[in-house]
Amino acid sequence: MNHGKNNGEEIRIGFYVCHCGHNIASMVDCAEVAKYVEQLPHVVLSRDYKYMCSDPGQELIAQDIKEHNLNRIVVASCSPLLHEHTFRTAVERGGINPFYFHMVNIREHNSWVHTDRAAATLKAKALARAAIKRVAHHRALETKRVPIHPDVLVVGGGIAGIHAAMTLANAGKKVYLVEREPTIGGHMAKFDKTFPTLDCAACILTPKMSQVGAHPNIKLMTYSEVTKVDGYVGNYTVTIKHKPRYVIEDLCIGCQDCIPACVYKEPKFPDEFNENLGKRKPIYIPFPQATPQVVIIDPDTCLNLKTGKCKKTCVEACGDKKAIDFKQQETFEDIKVGTIIVATGFKTFDATKMPQYGYGIHKNVYTALEVERLVNASGPTGGEIILRDGTHPKSIGIIHCVGSRDERHNRWCSRVCCMYSLKLAHLLKEHTGAEVYNFYIDMRTAGKNYDEFYGKLLDEGVHFIRGRVGEVTDWAFTPEEEGHLVIRVEDTLAGYVRRIPVDMVVLATGLEPQEDAQEVRRLFNMSCGGEGFFLERHPKLAPVNTFTDGIFLAGCCQGPKDIPDSVAQAGAAAAEALVLVDKGYVEQEPNTAFVIENECSGCKSCVPLCPYTAIAFDGSKQKAYINEALCKGCGTCVGACPSGSIVQNLFEDAEVFSEIEGVLAE
Amino acid sequence: MNASENKVPAGWSPRIVAFFCNWCTYTAADLAGVSRLKYAPNVRVIRLMCSGRVDPQFILEAFARGADGVLVGGCHPNDCHYVEGNYKMLRRARLLRRMLAGMGIEEARFRLEWISAAEGEKVKVVVNEMVEQIRALGPLGLPGRWAEWDREVAGLAERVAAVEAAGVGEKESEVAHG
Repeated sequence: MNHGKNNGEEIRIGFYVCHCGHNIASMVDCAEVAKYVEQLPHVVLSRDYKYMCSDPGQELIAQDIKEHNLNRIVVASCSPLLHEHTFRTAVERGGINPFYFHMVNIREHNSWVHTDRAAATLKAKALARAAIKRVAHHRALETKRVPIHPDVLVVGGGIAGIHAAMTLANAGKKVYLVEREPTIGGHMAKFDKTFPTLDCAACILTPKMSQVGAHPNIKLMTYSEVTKVDGYVGNYTVTIKHKPRYVIEDLCIGCQDCIPACVYKEPKFPDEFNENLGKRKPIYIPFPQATPQVVIIDPDTCLNLKTGKCKKTCVEACGDKKAIDFKQQETFEDIKVGTIIVATGFKTFDATKMPQYGYGIHKNVYTALEVERLVNASGPTGGEIILRDGTHPKSIGIIHCVGSRDERHNRWCSRVCCMYSLKLAHLLKEHTGAEVYNFYIDMRTAGKNYDEFYGKLLDEGVHFIRGRVGEVTDWAFTPEEEGHLVIRVEDTLAGYVRRIPVDMVVLATGLEPQEDAQEVRRLFNMSCGGEGFFLERHPKLAPVNTFTDGIFLAGCCQGPKDIPDSVAQAGAAAAEALVLVDKGYVEQEPNTAFVIENECSGCKSCVPLCPYTAIAFDGSKQKAYINEALCKGCGTCVGACPSGSIVQNLFEDAEVFSEIEGVLAE
Repeated sequence: MNASENKVPAGWSPRIVAFFCNWCTYTAADLAGVSRLKYAPNVRVIRLMCSGRVDPQFILEAFARGADGVLVGGCHPNDCHYVEGNYKMLRRARLLRRMLAGMGIEEARFRLEWISAAEGEKVKVVVNEMVEQIRALGPLGLPGRWAEWDREVAGLAERVAAVEAAGVGEKESEVAHG
């Protein structure tokens, strides 16, 4: 089964087992493994070394190849997903083909998961032997270079997507920015101030938004969604669905004359941008600085779209511009890009899932995001804190960790709630002069200047009570509680249960993955962590990469983070994308499959199995043929070929069979 | 013939060969490691790019070489990095199971599991469960059994040869089928 390999050369294997400090050595007797491997056939030298991935470790391999004329290398250390590339490079530096290398995982799959040193050592030996047997069958292979399409797709127009798109566009790359809402801006556009500097969110965000809208290198696609992703790193074909906004984007100049002209004289319908605290008309612009400055018609409330019977006063007001088009349909567009940055963000925890806190039950219980709109000068009350019952609060309770750090809901810390609660405490106090109480489990203010902000709040006289709130109720026990909401909490510092009457309750809801994160994950072929946020390739060393080459993550879709972290990560994702794009090509693993023509029986079993239509049948020869450019290297056809005449590079039958033999021969 | 009839040798512990796909289950096993979850040391992982690459012959080979169990791990349905390699493995697995039953290999010795990259915990649970199930079944000992069958066949061949030598003029076909 070895197809023209080795040319009868003598196989000379070098074996290296890594201690990884104590990570491996504490559970595996590395010296013993090295001694064991030394006596296996074709092994010329066998060493154990403290850190194989270090510079001297790599140099050791390169030197040994030259000095001892080695032509196969096996390293037993950590996961190949982490350092296979490192060692292949070292092997290449030694002067032989990098694919004469095999890596054995004795850390993630062995020392870290076992507790019996003898058993772990035995396992390491078995795995090492399998690799020694396998590597003898390795052949010199070449990585394929595939050109990269220079354009980049950014999915999600929140602050992370905006920053990533701007960075790439400023570097001269063409960027498609796709946002499913009618405007970019995301959650940040709804905030009033940002902690800890109390910068006005709109003042720092909206100029960036208009830059995005005007940037010659950015093609902004709002009210649009990605529906299909085809291809692979460097060559993605992405289908974008443009939803009908019933206003022609290119013709609308943003004069907004249509809005007052609408047959509905008064705004009547819940305004999503204001968290349904305000009202809007069927034709509207989400907020004054929305980008693009284009109105939108909501088909669920527009009289004309619902009934066809309307005076169409909006069309009249639009006049010659003729921007309103009630016949607009959804359209689909295919774009070609080389890399994709996913920045689809988060959703906030649904506070109705914790009825004990009274959201949706008691009028004056708000979520933090609602309060952001309430304190905002461009919000539904113009920044005045008027409660749902029309009163002004004299006392306010802010409840931390709503839905976060809770086994019944979300186990994780949402990372921003402590700080935004402090910020809202400050803003509410400033706006109303009310007594403000914060109910917290732990105060987590770990960012730059964050703890100082906490100190400032203490000085301002905001009350802090440590303890998870039991319930929010309007059931008064005493005359003082009458007419108020009562927060019942065990004060764990004072050591007793307290009842604190307040006029307004703010729930610091946590951050969750988007509702459709699973579908998005499938669309882009990504992985999710247990909690549903998209999984990075490595939590420390590849925090913006995914397991799919060419697809990067930014912002809260990867996990809760604040604005500075989202922006930093977006910059990192943009840089990673730029590295790929500017290099101009990607190197692909040579693990593709090929047909040995004279062994192929022409049964065609393989042809329908290939999901990439890489296998064709040559009628004149009566043989199957694999198009290497289309093959992604799964090996499904290889496993199915009844005559064993398809070979997958790096996973040849002989290689796998020898691994099976190796792991079992103990 | 049944494994339970075999004597369990002293110090025997199940040997499991696992074929894990690169994108989901291998990564999940890495995650189990990073999370320092503890599981039985009886499993030896062979990495493939996709569970669709698992040739049924790999599984038979593993049993033939002395594995007491074979575990195949792939991505959940709809999540395959290569679109549908896992479905193809599922189809093969169903056929193979019937064949293994015919060979007297108990169902619990071959397991196909969908384990996503996030399910480090599931790697631990599946491996531990499988080790326990196989421990209860005892060693499969296929190489030993085959050696026995080989001896039987050799014995038959000897008898045939003897009959052949004795009965001159007898037709070969009659001997072979007799």
